[in-house]
Amino acid sequence: MSLNDLSFPHRHLLGIEGLSPQEIGLILDLSDSYVQTNRQREKKLATLRGRTLINLFFETSTRTRISFELAGKRLGADVINISVASSSIKKGETLIDTAMTLNAMQPDVLAIRHGDSGAVKLLSEKVDCAVVNAGDGSHEHPTQALLDALTIRRRKGRLQGLTVAICGDVRHSRVARSNIYLLNAVGARVRVVAPPTLLPSAIERLGVEVFHDMRRGLDGCDIVMMLRLQRERMQGTFVPSVREYFHFWGLDYAKLAYAKPDALIMHPGPMNRGVEIDSVLADDIDRSVIREQVEMGVAVRMACLDLLTRAPGEARNRPASAEAGRLRSGEGR
Amino acid sequence: MTRKVAYLNARLIDPTSGLDAPGGLLTEDGKIAGLGPRLFNAGIPEGAERIDCGGAVLAPGLIDMRVQLCEPGEEHKEDILSASRAAVAGGVTAIVALPDTHPPIDDVALVEFIARRAREAKLVKVFCHAAVTRGLAGLEITEIGLLQEAGALAFTDGRHAVASAAVMARALTYAQGFNALIMQHPEEPSLATGDMNAGEMATRLGLSGIRAEAELVMLERDLTLAAMTGGRYHAAHVSTAAAIARIRRAKAEGQPVTCDTAPHYFALNELAVGDWRTFAKVSPPLRSEEDRQAVVAGLADGTIDVIASDHSPQDQDSKRLPFAQAAPGIIGLETLLPLTLELVEQGKLTLIAALDRLTRRPAELLGLKLGKLAVGTPADLLLFDPGRAWQVDASRFRSKSKNTPFDGRPLQGRVLRTVVDGRSVFDADAASD
Repeated sequence: MSLNDLSFPHRHLLGIEGLSPQEIGLILDLSDSYVQTNRQREKKLATLRGRTLINLFFETSTRTRISFELAGKRLGADVINISVASSSIKKGETLIDTAMTLNAMQPDVLAIRHGDSGAVKLLSEKVDCAVVNAGDGSHEHPTQALLDALTIRRRKGRLQGLTVAICGDVRHSRVARSNIYLLNAVGARVRVVAPPTLLPSAIERLGVEVFHDMRRGLDGCDIVMMLRLQRERMQGTFVPSVREYFHFWGLDYAKLAYAKPDALIMHPGPMNRGVEIDSVLADDIDRSVIREQVEMGVAVRMACLDLLTRAPGEARNRPASAEAGRLRSGEGR
Repeated sequence: MTRKVAYLNARLIDPTSGLDAPGGLLTEDGKIAGLGPRLFNAGIPEGAERIDCGGAVLAPGLIDMRVQLCEPGEEHKEDILSASRAAVAGGVTAIVALPDTHPPIDDVALVEFIARRAREAKLVKVFCHAAVTRGLAGLEITEIGLLQEAGALAFTDGRHAVASAAVMARALTYAQGFNALIMQHPEEPSLATGDMNAGEMATRLGLSGIRAEAELVMLERDLTLAAMTGGRYHAAHVSTAAAIARIRRAKAEGQPVTCDTAPHYFALNELAVGDWRTFAKVSPPLRSEEDRQAVVAGLADGTIDVIASDHSPQDQDSKRLPFAQAAPGIIGLETLLPLTLELVEQGKLTLIAALDRLTRRPAELLGLKLGKLAVGTPADLLLFDPGRAWQVDASRFRSKSKNTPFDGRPLQGRVLRTVVDGRSVFDADAASD
């Protein structure tokens, strides 16, 4: 069965938790094909022609919003971006009212980012179209985990059996949670490495091994995933200072030496150079796949938009047969 | 002309006297004139109205010592009349308002306002607690003596904890001169900044967690201050195993501490938050299953003195929000009795012990001459069928707000009639549903 014939059994993509390994595999396979599309001179498809994607961002974002926008445009959809500065949200009614208003304009997909955990789920219950969670509070950021998985799979050829260390502000990180769910689902071993103040309670119950020491946490790892530490958490609230944080938990060559020699470095961006990651290391193309993650992001979001707009049980009707040919060669690089 | 009502064929239960027997009860001019198994053996007094109880339980009306009335200030959520209607439908004959209103009940004028509005509503007995600090700000103590004279039953900053140890010590010391009760929301505020109970569930939902220890830390401090000052201290809505164990120990050591809990702390645990269900957001938060079981055990062995609904109405606009932004609170007047009866059904409490936590204990604690079946006391009565099954339908609640996580829950125990001062203020047969 071709990837184009498969439908996705979920109306929305609100999180990785609850997705089966097969469903994750399907998204990654389809994403692979879109990586090829994106590397061509002619990138525009007609898959979502006549469909409307609205990017509704209640939290500032550059890369995720642009990534969704490009994904929608490359699939031929009409894309509208709405950024609602959180200060102008009069909370409550306005949030749901905004969703209801947009819903009345008959979009096909809403990609929503919101600063509160669960807000995207709440909005998804009020609209008729598909909803992609583009990050909600400290809950989930599913497309980030998928693009991370795609990056790893293309580099390492597999996900199963790899040891992945997720390092930094796990407590507040939706990226960490989505990655923990995904990596556990596909059979990778997950570690979290952070100062105790940056770990949420009972994190071990999510199926991770907990480390407070970077050297021990990175020992023998295949993948080192760094998380962004938000500025307001650096000055004595959760960690005493930037320099102390970098000294113990910032990734540099000395700490990286404990990981496997071919371990890859990832970061969801935007990076705080000199806080969680050494600046030179971040740019080391032999080790860092940070820019590749950005590339994979567009492909993954194309795959998600494609799958969520497929009618259940109905094969995608491709406009050009040439594209169907392109669509299988994506493995490896 | 005197007005007499004869309640025939009842199962009389009175926690104060330990009575649990079939019999009858006579009210005369709003007071209990007689009761007992053989009361009507010589016939029913002439001119008395007859009410056949059909074997249902006739007990003292419930006393709910923690109710948010939302009046003055938030009458769109609830007011004294709507709360009174909810109370009588739930078998509650006396409610005690918490002072977190706008403005807060921190002045004699407010106490008198509540009393006047209650007289106008004329359904249940409405009492109030007064703030322990002006404006609930936690800084300066209120006029405890004058407020008590005006009728305030206890002193509390409601859903705000008195955070300063110095202020709490002063309040306990000063209140002692009036034998006034200080009631605390026992949560160390600097530790209680999250949205739900800390643990796996909070971590999965991406919500910031409140550790159970936030309750214990404040309780430990307050028990130390209460011992130091000799003041009367009551911990509201205890929710954690650790706090209950600590209170058990304090009581065993002879410290005059008391506490209450609310039905949601023994009927639900943190899993009720589910997919960010804001109707299950409450302060303190719903806890772990171990904590829930400890609350049940605390009720069973008497460590927890009182069950109060902690009725906290919130309108849709306060709840239809992302979880972190939603207001905490659960309405409880109409589910107080049946949720408590679940414990009886489960064999955790005897029926008379359950009623004790809802009648005699709160009356005793607050110095009310209510909550018992005794000749000469006000005829505040509750008639209910403990076996009658029903299902919660929040849309039919009398409260203006419908914020209950129990909607759809099958329950047992239906209020048939509520009587205040001898007057039927609720009759299930006559009620619209």
